[in-house]
Amino acid sequence: MWEYTEKVKDHFLNPRNVGVIENADGVGEVGSLACGDALKLTLKIDGDKRISDAKFQTFGCASAIASSSALTEMIKGITIDEAEKITNNDIAEYLGGLPKEKMHCSVLGRDALEKAIANYRGEPEKRVDGEIVCECFGVTDLEIQRAVKENHLKTIEDVTDYVKAGGGCESCHDKILEIIESVMGTPATEKTRPSGMTNIQKIRLIEETLEREINPELKKDGGGIEFIDFADNTVFVKLRGTCSTCSASQVTLKHYVETRIKELVSPELMVEEVKQ
Amino acid sequence: MKTIYVDNNATTRVAPEVLDVMLPYLKEFYGNPSSMHSFGGNVAHKIREARAKVASLINASPDEIMFTSCGTESDNTAIHAAISSVPDKKHIITSRVEHPAVKNLFEHLSKKGYRVTFVPVDRKGMLDLDYLYNSLTDDTAIVSIMWANNETGMIFPVQELSQVIKTKGLVFHTDAVQAVGKLPIDVSKSEIDMLSISGHKIHAPKGIGALYVRKGTRFSPFLIGGHQEGGRRGGTENVAYIIGIGKASELAATHLEEMATRVEKLRDKLENELLKRIPNAMINGDTENRLPNTTSISFEYVEGESILLMMDELGICASSGSACTSGSLEPSHVLRAMGVPFTAAHGSIRFSLGIYSTEEEIDFIVEKLPPIIENLRTMSPFWK
Repeated sequence: MWEYTEKVKDHFLNPRNVGVIENADGVGEVGSLACGDALKLTLKIDGDKRISDAKFQTFGCASAIASSSALTEMIKGITIDEAEKITNNDIAEYLGGLPKEKMHCSVLGRDALEKAIANYRGEPEKRVDGEIVCECFGVTDLEIQRAVKENHLKTIEDVTDYVKAGGGCESCHDKILEIIESVMGTPATEKTRPSGMTNIQKIRLIEETLEREINPELKKDGGGIEFIDFADNTVFVKLRGTCSTCSASQVTLKHYVETRIKELVSPELMVEEVKQ
Repeated sequence: MKTIYVDNNATTRVAPEVLDVMLPYLKEFYGNPSSMHSFGGNVAHKIREARAKVASLINASPDEIMFTSCGTESDNTAIHAAISSVPDKKHIITSRVEHPAVKNLFEHLSKKGYRVTFVPVDRKGMLDLDYLYNSLTDDTAIVSIMWANNETGMIFPVQELSQVIKTKGLVFHTDAVQAVGKLPIDVSKSEIDMLSISGHKIHAPKGIGALYVRKGTRFSPFLIGGHQEGGRRGGTENVAYIIGIGKASELAATHLEEMATRVEKLRDKLENELLKRIPNAMINGDTENRLPNTTSISFEYVEGESILLMMDELGICASSGSACTSGSLEPSHVLRAMGVPFTAAHGSIRFSLGIYSTEEEIDFIVEKLPPIIENLRTMSPFWK
């Protein structure tokens, strides 16, 4: 069981400012269903750039809901210039602290606030800047650098606690270490490159493609395909119905299924049949 | 506030009858069962009785039962015994949905040079038997497949499996921690070589387990020391707890019918009522081959930890396969192996009933949970 402060519990059980502001002046949406937490923040902003109202909707654990609630309380009545200075640590402190493993919930709040302010200012929707380091959670090097710098993070576990990077398959641990070392040593250089899809995005798109594009075609011949797993850019599937006994099924798999997946999801993907 | 305990796959309360028979051995009868004097010898006699009771629960013979400290030790002992008795074999097989006691040990062994086959399950949580059979080779040192899954309650056909594996001359172990006490088990009707039991899942205290080792199975001890447990596990016996698991086994045998009738009906009621009252809810796993006490239900668009904590405010104790409850960031490996979509995996709740569960408790959950889900969904940006 997590050790939550009374204030976290209070903001979780009695969340303030739940909802959506109609015709909001600033909207910030971060996270996704796949990642396990998501926050939509809507702001009403006065002529003198003061936040007159803030509302949130959050999908996530108790500390994600509490962080969102706390954030709305913190920013109501202050100007966006003041709001911009709020860090994830400020949110955690407002709540009397968060368990270390839950610090990413406060980062979620800070990110939503930043997005909402950018949205108010009419700045274009930022694509994820930097290069994806953690494929499992779609975290870029720039995000990791920022978290390390702002929170003086020293270990991979710290980075995972704050931005989730490294919490999945762990294959990015070496890269995270390099980033920590580079930040602690010389100032990290800024670079911007559009990123590819995260694993989670790929999985969702693969599922969709199989269901909407491929399965209806195979069904015409009494066959079918089932998505089993995804790892190392390989889509593992199982053939069903007539496909499972058809001698031409390997041809179907490579020439039809894989081609469609490459076309509709990502060109580097391979499709493999899980052996019966 | 009343505690409504529907987390019996995590642990169970110690049965009062179990505690009663244990206490004298924590107080006045403190003799060492290995001693020559009758003060110790009487204790040895009680251990023999306990061993016979555990054996009887699974229809084994008493000398096929060894006591351990927990289910994890039973699993580790069995797997180490199997691989160290055939040091030249470097292939081991398990499923993708095992308890960490087996899963993490296999992952550890894969780093030590073992080739590991993790057998997949389908969307309903059922094992891909063909995949398993096709993986068997002469190089296979052990196959370890759980009898029933702790998260979904799925029951695997281990009896049939053990017979196929026997024909290939290979060793088969099953982690039956969740099955014992919930299903009738008869090892004499199978070719299972080793079977793990945990005391605290069947109303004995935490800190005691047992391992069935079929006569003739090659074995080497994990704990090397004295002659206890027939030389298979050194260390002075945990007397009171062994007597406790003996009594618990005796009770479990008498409760099997109630499990399959009253408890199962309560579970079905809970499940049906929740699905009826809560939209976008679904059962994880097959409803046919399932433990009578377990249900895993996913509530879409909400997160499991939030549900658990709101239920906790009302005294309801359950578990979740959500990432946020596990300390890791990914939802349960069991639900992921089954291909449960992330939308549902994060909002999964496991209810596991027991022989102490009552209809009033089920009614209470059925009344209280729908508004909790509704409340959390009004907070969720994904809920329309």
